[in-house]
Amino acid sequence: MSQPTIKEVLLNPLFNNNPIGLQILGICSALAVTSNLQTALVMSAALTLVTAFSNLFISMIRSQIPSSIRMIVQMVIIASLVIVVDQVLKAFAYSLSKQLSVFVGLIITNCIVMGRAEAFAMQNPPVLSFFDGIGNGLGYSVFLIALGIIRELFGAGKLMGYEVLPLINDGGWYQPNGMLLLPPSAFFLIGLFIWAVRSWKKDQVEKNVYKMASQVSNKEAY
Amino acid sequence: MEHYISLFVRAVFVENMALAFFLGMCTFIAISKKVETSIGLGVAVIVVLGITMPVNNLIYTHILKDGALAWAGLPDVDLSFLGLLTFIGVIAALVQILEMALDKYVPALYNALGVFLPLITVNCAIMGGSLFMVERDYNLAESTVYGIGAGVSWALAIAALAGIREKLKYSDVPDGLQGLGITFITIGLMSLGFMSFSGVQL
Repeated sequence: MSQPTIKEVLLNPLFNNNPIGLQILGICSALAVTSNLQTALVMSAALTLVTAFSNLFISMIRSQIPSSIRMIVQMVIIASLVIVVDQVLKAFAYSLSKQLSVFVGLIITNCIVMGRAEAFAMQNPPVLSFFDGIGNGLGYSVFLIALGIIRELFGAGKLMGYEVLPLINDGGWYQPNGMLLLPPSAFFLIGLFIWAVRSWKKDQVEKNVYKMASQVSNKEAY
Repeated sequence: MEHYISLFVRAVFVENMALAFFLGMCTFIAISKKVETSIGLGVAVIVVLGITMPVNNLIYTHILKDGALAWAGLPDVDLSFLGLLTFIGVIAALVQILEMALDKYVPALYNALGVFLPLITVNCAIMGGSLFMVERDYNLAESTVYGIGAGVSWALAIAALAGIREKLKYSDVPDGLQGLGITFITIGLMSLGFMSFSGVQL
């Protein structure tokens, strides 16, 4: 296996191998915390840090971990890091941590962290793994922040709590689309995002299970 | 009794784990291609949630909670920050025990569940259930009912999605939307449907 460079591991997950768009990892939190930009930003930062450091630490001790208990070791490292993040948030941004509620704790079971630890950090040296963690965290953040911007801007006419599009209720001109603040809209937006990314990068398109016969005109059919 | 029934119904329909809180999404999307496998996974989730929630509840109220260690002569100790670590440990251990017990006593079920059992450890629905329990201060009975209800809700959602996806593979979807994209939009529509339950007053 050839060693990937730092630049590759940092930039690949952004679009080529996006954790949400292609690897189907870490979707739970992507949907739940994106109804406004602020929580999306905090969540992205928290996840990027946890992934980076868990990759670093796991990679450091990777040759010492017996493979039969590696899951538990990884879990303990990840859970300890998440506890740190959780406590810091509670201490310095209490209202935010209330808004994120259980989703900070759920970083533990976020598949991105586990998946990268298992797939990358167990085989690669610490520094490289660290950057792989940052790269995947950023790939996740790109999705989250884009979703957060769209949902908050068009759903409430605000960004980070500041008014951008004045609402009709307050004498402005913008009629907010309340649907975007509701959970299902996140699914639609992610679906559309995936569509956009895959129309741009054709090689990510999945093959259909059954091939449709091409359309024939009425005349040929009869 | 009425209280528990309404808690159960609320957990299944109004606060559906998968469609209202998006928990357990990774497995939800990855393992919903066939109805049979998804029902197997759903049953496993019900069992694991139904066991882990009361166990986590006992551990939390008697050991971790602020002042809970008073019986050991340590009334000032607050271990609640260890909650996350403990819950995930309990879940991992219970899944492991369940796997071994099923292998020994009910091999048919064990074979049916197969690879899904270990996967459940990292299913956010299980962890999320325990965290919601702490946030909402459920007692032992409530957390058991809520655990089973949450499991049923997740199983219901994944079985329904698998049913839709089985039909969906015969339809002509645009290239870029194939697979993951259309699945998301399907889940979005399902979740929209489940939102109609949110008006139910219990």
